Amino acid sequence: MSDFFTVAIITATLASGIRLAVPFLLAALGEAVGQRAGVLNLGVEGVMLIGAFAAYYTALETGSAAFGLLMGLVVGMVMGLVYALITVGMHAEQGISGIGIYLFGLGFTDLLFQKQVGTPRPISGLQAKPFNWLADDTGRVGELLFSHTVLTYVAFLLVPVVYWLITRTTFGLNVRAVGENPHAADTLGVSVNGIRTAAIVFGNTMAGLAGAALALEIGIFQQNLTAGRGFIAIALVYFGAWRPVGVMAGSLLFGIVSSTVLRLQVEGVISGSVASIANMAPAILTVVVLVVVSRRIGQPAALTRPFTRDG
Amino acid sequence: MLRMTSSQEQFSIKHEAARYIRPFAGLAVPAGAVVAALVVGAILLAVFGANPLTGYRALFTGAFGGPDELAATALKSIPLMLVGVGICIAFRTGVINIGGEGQIIMGAILATLAALALPDVPRPILVPLVMIAGGIGGGIWGAIPGALKAYSGVNEILSTIMMNIIAGFFMSFLLEDWLIEPGAIRIQQTKRLSQNADLPILPGGTRLHLGIVVAVIVAVLGYLLLFHSSLGMRLRAVGHNPHASRAAGMRVELSITQALAFSGACAGIAGAVLVFGSESHRLIGEGGPLAFTQSAGFNGIVTALFGGLHPLFTVLSSYLFGGMLAGGISLQRAVQVPQALVIALNGVVVVFVVGSLKLRNRVQRWAEGDVLMEDRA
Repeated sequence: MSDFFTVAIITATLASGIRLAVPFLLAALGEAVGQRAGVLNLGVEGVMLIGAFAAYYTALETGSAAFGLLMGLVVGMVMGLVYALITVGMHAEQGISGIGIYLFGLGFTDLLFQKQVGTPRPISGLQAKPFNWLADDTGRVGELLFSHTVLTYVAFLLVPVVYWLITRTTFGLNVRAVGENPHAADTLGVSVNGIRTAAIVFGNTMAGLAGAALALEIGIFQQNLTAGRGFIAIALVYFGAWRPVGVMAGSLLFGIVSSTVLRLQVEGVISGSVASIANMAPAILTVVVLVVVSRRIGQPAALTRPFTRDG
Repeated sequence: MLRMTSSQEQFSIKHEAARYIRPFAGLAVPAGAVVAALVVGAILLAVFGANPLTGYRALFTGAFGGPDELAATALKSIPLMLVGVGICIAFRTGVINIGGEGQIIMGAILATLAALALPDVPRPILVPLVMIAGGIGGGIWGAIPGALKAYSGVNEILSTIMMNIIAGFFMSFLLEDWLIEPGAIRIQQTKRLSQNADLPILPGGTRLHLGIVVAVIVAVLGYLLLFHSSLGMRLRAVGHNPHASRAAGMRVELSITQALAFSGACAGIAGAVLVFGSESHRLIGEGGPLAFTQSAGFNGIVTALFGGLHPLFTVLSSYLFGGMLAGGISLQRAVQVPQALVIALNGVVVVFVVGSLKLRNRVQRWAEGDVLMEDRA
C-alpha cells in the first residue's frame, strides 16, 4: 500500500496524467473557440472517433504515426465543413444535430473498423520526444516535463496561442462579437456566418486531432474508443468558463484523476468498485462547477442561436 | 379590383393544393430525411462492394418478414418508444434531455434493487413494482438536472451528459462488488433475478413480452399528459414561451423540473424492461454502459424527432427504427457489411431531420397560412 507514495510512482502518475489530458485539452480548446462564436458542437465525440479511426488506420497502413495525425486533422476539418453546413447553412438545432454527428461517428467508425481491420492490431504511437535529452539529466522534474511526445507540447502551447487568438486578434474580436451580439457585428460589416464557419472548422479540426492523439496514445482502435471523452471536453469548456487557461486546468484535472485512479488500481491500493467511485469524481465536480459558473459567468449570449438578419 | 380577383384566383388554386398537402406537410420532410439517409446508406454499401438492393432487401425481411421478425423488431423498439416518449415531454417543454442513457441505467439499477429486496412477492405485484421502481430511478436522475436548470440555470445538455457518466460508473461500482454474482468468474453482472419479476411472454409463440404493452401504455399516458391535461398544457406553454408563461403566473421552474423528471421516468422504465425482459434476466454491466443501454438513450431522440415529438407517432417511428436495428443483423449476414451501418444511418437521419426543420416550418406555415386566410374569408 505504501508503495504508491514514492516519488517515482507519483511522478510517473502525474506524467501520464499530463498525457491523458492532451485529448481533452485539444478538443476543449477547439470547442471553446466555436462556442465563443456562438456555436455549440455536441458532435465532438463523433468527430473525435472519426479522427481516431483515421489516424489509427493510416498509421496501421503506412506505419507512420505522424501521417496518421495529419489524417486525423484533415477528417476533422472535413467534419467541420459538414457541421458548418448543417448549423450555419441549414440553421439546424445545434444540440440535436450534434447528437446526429455523434451517432454517425459512433456507427461509421465501428463499421469501418470491422470492415477494414477486423481484429484489433496495435500501432506504434508517436516516437518524437523533442526534449527527451533533457529528461535524463534533470531527474524527476525532467521526467514530468520533458518526457512527452511533440504532440503534448503542441497541445499545451496551443493554450496561449488560442488565448492570443481570441483576445488579441481581429479574428478573435470578430469571434467574440458574433458570439455575443451577431446583429451588431453584422451591422458593422462582419460576416457572421463566415466567422462562425471558420470557428466551427477550427473546433472540429481540433476534435479530429484530439481523436488522433487518443488513438496514437492508446495504440489501438475499438468501438467507442473515446468512451465519452468528447462529451467531457464540451463540459470542460463550461468548466473553464470559455477561457483557454480554465480549459487547461479542467483537462489536467480529468487527466490526472484518471491516471491516479488507474495507477492506484494497478498497484492494488484500491479495488475496482472504489476506482469506479473515484472515476465519478470529475463528473460530479463538473456539475458543481457548472452550478457556480452559471451563477457567476454568463455564456456567450448568442450561443446555440442561428443567425438570421430578420430574426 | 382586377388585381384582387386574380390574387383570389391564385389563392384558390393554392388553397386547393394545400387542402391535399396539408395533412402530409409535417410528414413529408422527415420522410424525405429517411430517403436521403437511405441513399447515403446505399452509397456506403456500394463503396463496400455490396449490392445496396440486396442489403436493403435483407434489412427489410429481417425486420418485417414474418411473425418472429415482427416480434424481434417490437422487442428492439421497446426502449426506443419509452425513451422517445420521454424525449417528447422534455423537448415540448423546451428542455433538451441528452441524459437518456444515465436515466435508463438508474432505472435499471433501482428496479434490480427492488427485485433483489422483494424476490418472493407474487408476479402480478412484483412486475408492476419493478417497472415503477425503474420509473422512479430514472425520474430522480432526470429531476436532478431539471432542478439544476430551473433553479440554478445549469445548462441541461451538459448536466445530463455528466449524469450519464456518473450513472455508468455507479453501475460498474455496484457490479464490481456489491451486486456481483457470487462465484469464481468475476463478470460484471448480477445473479439471475427473481423469476417473479420476469416480464411474461405474450401468447403467439414469439419471444415478445409484456414490455411492448408497457411501452404503448406509457406512450398513451404521455399523450394524455401532454395534450389532455392542464399539467401538459403548462409544460407546452413553458416550452413555447417561458417568459409569457411566467407572466401568466405559471411556475416555470417547476414545469422544467417536472418535464425532465417525467422524461427520465420513461427512460427509467426502459431500463427496467431491459433487465426483466432480457433473456438472461440480470443487470449486466460487462462491456460498458453503452452495451447495456444499446444506445437507446440517444436513439430515442431520433425516434421522437422522427415522430414529430408526438408520443403516439413516436410509437410508430420507434417500431420503424426498431426494424432497422433488428434488420441490421440480416443485412450483415446477407452482404457482410457490419450492422453498425444502422447506427451511422440513424445519425444521418437526425442530421437531415433537424437540418430540414427550417424547410418543414416553411411548408407547414404555407399550409396553415391558408387555413387562417380561409377562416378570415
